[in-house]
Amino acid sequence: MTPDLILQIDGVSKRFSKDLDIAERTARTLGAKIAPVTVHAVDGVSLSIRRGEVLGLVGESGCGKSTLGRMVAGLTTPSEGKIRYNGQDVAGLKGAAARDAALKIQMIFQDPMSSLNPRMRVRDIVGEAPRVHGIVSRDRVPSYVEDILQQVGLDPSTGKRYPHQFSGGQRARVGIARALAVRPDFLVCDESVAALDVSIQAQVLNLFVKLREEFELTYLFVSHDLGVVEHISDRIAVMYLGRLVELGEAEDLIARPNHPYTQALVSEIPTFETGKKTYRAITGGLPSPMNPPKGCHFHPRCPHAHDRCRVEIPTLREVAPGRLSACHLNDRAA
Amino acid sequence: MTKLLDVRDLQTHFLTRDGVAKAVDGVSFSLDKGQILGLVGESGSGKSVTGFSILGLVDPPGRVTGGQIVFDGDDLVAGGEPMLRHLRGKRIAMIFQDPMMTLNPVLRIDTQMVETVRAHEKVSRAEALRRSREALVQVGISSPDERLQSYPHQFSGGMRQRVAIAIALLHKPDLIIADEPTTALDVTIQAQILSEVQELCVKSGTALIWITHDLAVVSSLADRLAVMYAGRIIEEGPTAEVIANPRHPYTRGLIDSVPQGKRHGAMLTQIKGMTPSLLNLPQGCKFAPRCPRADDACLVEPSLAPAGADRSVRCVHPHDEPPGKVLAP
Amino acid sequence: MTQVGISTPVRIDSPSRRIAKEFLEDPVAVIGLSLFVLVALIALAAPWIAPQNPYDLAQLNIMDSALPPGETSFGTNMTYWLGTDQQGRDMLSAIMYGLRISLMVALISLALAITIGTVVGVTAAYFGGRLDSFIMRVVDLQLSFPAILIALILLALLGRGVDKVILALVIVQWAYYARTVRSSAIVETRKDYIDAARCLALSNRRIMFRHLLPNCVPPLIVVATVQIAQAIALEATLSFLGVGVPITEPSLGLLIANGYDYLLSGSYWISLFPGIALVVTIIAINLVGDRLRDVLNPRLQK
Repeated sequence: MTPDLILQIDGVSKRFSKDLDIAERTARTLGAKIAPVTVHAVDGVSLSIRRGEVLGLVGESGCGKSTLGRMVAGLTTPSEGKIRYNGQDVAGLKGAAARDAALKIQMIFQDPMSSLNPRMRVRDIVGEAPRVHGIVSRDRVPSYVEDILQQVGLDPSTGKRYPHQFSGGQRARVGIARALAVRPDFLVCDESVAALDVSIQAQVLNLFVKLREEFELTYLFVSHDLGVVEHISDRIAVMYLGRLVELGEAEDLIARPNHPYTQALVSEIPTFETGKKTYRAITGGLPSPMNPPKGCHFHPRCPHAHDRCRVEIPTLREVAPGRLSACHLNDRAA
Repeated sequence: MTKLLDVRDLQTHFLTRDGVAKAVDGVSFSLDKGQILGLVGESGSGKSVTGFSILGLVDPPGRVTGGQIVFDGDDLVAGGEPMLRHLRGKRIAMIFQDPMMTLNPVLRIDTQMVETVRAHEKVSRAEALRRSREALVQVGISSPDERLQSYPHQFSGGMRQRVAIAIALLHKPDLIIADEPTTALDVTIQAQILSEVQELCVKSGTALIWITHDLAVVSSLADRLAVMYAGRIIEEGPTAEVIANPRHPYTRGLIDSVPQGKRHGAMLTQIKGMTPSLLNLPQGCKFAPRCPRADDACLVEPSLAPAGADRSVRCVHPHDEPPGKVLAP
Repeated sequence: MTQVGISTPVRIDSPSRRIAKEFLEDPVAVIGLSLFVLVALIALAAPWIAPQNPYDLAQLNIMDSALPPGETSFGTNMTYWLGTDQQGRDMLSAIMYGLRISLMVALISLALAITIGTVVGVTAAYFGGRLDSFIMRVVDLQLSFPAILIALILLALLGRGVDKVILALVIVQWAYYARTVRSSAIVETRKDYIDAARCLALSNRRIMFRHLLPNCVPPLIVVATVQIAQAIALEATLSFLGVGVPITEPSLGLLIANGYDYLLSGSYWISLFPGIALVVTIIAINLVGDRLRDVLNPRLQK
């Protein structure tokens, strides 16, 4: 029995390398120890997303979650591995098939201001792609745009305005309308509510929940905010320094985190506990992704680290039904 | 007991091309020695401008146009820049959201810290260095000697913010004003800094104003909370009581908007509409257009009135009963 | 579903109106702009408002040769307010016609150089990589030679002619626009709205010219105002040196050159008045350009 998978991420890696400039190359030929810097932003991630689910992807800055989201949205290509949409490798598609697949996966961006072209009116921002791609006939575009604006909770008469005439929350809605206008079935939300005020954030989260039902959407919800992710996701994937460390059903993962890093994240979600809370802070800062620790990336900050963690990379394996975790401690317990 | 800081009817206005924006309009609050106040609000609520006003750091076209800021018996508004220059960095310190507001990118940490010490006190270089080292240890930096020799760009964001906090602590100030200092940091780092700041305040008796948009962050840190909306304080009181029984519909809405601990996947209780523009505020209660309890009585602006022991609220129809549900998981 | 944003109290001014408003707040810039409009109108209407057609030989009288300003013609009753040249040509009319040539050459070369520079600059910024490196090395090479030198060499090879001067000016100037557009396009390319457009599977051409380009216009306008003044000056220089426009279509520069020989013999007006016209035009454009730079520079805005 295989669940209906809409997207399969298969051993995907993304490396960014900074080539040496002339001065550095000269220095190198003269014997200086300079090597090209390579960052493994995403390091061998495999992940399947079921049709209709919300998969939350959490992690701290530099963990590669946004890069993974951008690869899924087709904005960058993986250095290694394949991304399959409905079973087809998206990199192998050509022409109209590639375009159709690209349109089916849309992205909602973090900054509601910079993600809207400041020189275009909202009706053009939303209506351009449907018109150009012939999704609706030219004369029906205005009414089509009005419909979509209404669906995301904007007054259709606001279509003639420019982005700077909107508040942050409204701009976020315009960004969502633009994505919906090409009739996608998969949305990558990259920190889509992070820049919004709390009260507006709740409005936009509610909108995501509503649209998911109305348009039968699947979400990859990328965020640093475990509280937000917990609320909206069916399953949660946790990344640390480019690697997937844990994956499981949302409520279960929050209630019983397996990986020490997930445990730390969960314990530090700010809650409305009043009175002096004692923070059981995990120690140390994030290591540089340019020079990550050997073995398990988390071992320098992990309270349970032992010798094996310093040399051997733990593999992601099933520790309970539907739960994957990459931690050597699970072998000890077994 | 005398108050360390007493802000009375503070007015800070910005004269813009399109009119006068009253960013802070009649804000009053006070702070005892060693007390932690959480100043909470969304963008445009005036929380940061309030903090900047206390230190006289409001840039033109903004100006403190009225009210008093009494710090340890002296009125800072009347005293103006000469008085502030004496206090700033010495008795009142500021921590910014971006630590690079404090740190100079081209100077080594030791140079910056020693200069800061000697700006207000005539001590030897060695003594200043010793105190700098001590301050770094205080904020949980494990190898202070190595850090002192470094430049700011060699640090991570969390480490920079720690150094900025250490600089703020150099003169053992009576009051620290912290403007969203952990907002740009990752959760695990935020937790570390929160715990350290809390400990420091308890140990040294420093009063703290923690300005933030995140109620959850201050709920475990602050002794008292003041919630701001459209340039006004709309609710004020002991943290535990404000969180457990928010009386202003806006405070209640803010708490309800936070997804943590809500039923998974369900609709969140949302505050309708959006924050009004400061140039075009509604008549009467500024929250009325977004408020589920508003009626004609709200067309006259209510004042911040006492509501129970040691609490006050600016509302015509405040909630009386605590909310029915459990807030924390 | 609740509707938001029905009563947004934000200002409805479009960006361009706001810029226009701010521009007009500086009296010096307003003077510059009025002067430029005046000059442009004179150039445009020269055939209808000039006292005589200075290149219709039938209208010239050799008897009126080199008359000082304010003298009256021997033949007709016409007063030469700015004097006449050696051929008895009214200087006022000659300047009006000369302005026409000068401005036409500058504007046509500007339009062509902007078009080429913009396409090249946007392409380099959008595709990046090797293409960008190659294009920018060409631009650097171009900009490392003095403009006047390149123009002189070109015209020495091509010969005189209005079209050849325009070609020379385009070749000298496109690189400025390419560099300007590229630097602002690189900043814009990194913004999310370009990624969003790519997500929507819009063609590269559409993204470059419909999305990217309009957002690179403000710095382009500033450079264009500086460059148009440069183009006028450069054309005048070339014509003065005798490699520019032909004698049959004299620009201000050629007028100055013509009078140069008589400067020492006391006929100062033949060179002086075209010179003043040239200086006034260039100053007017520079005043407008300075103010535009202030208004369009986001760093100077509050």
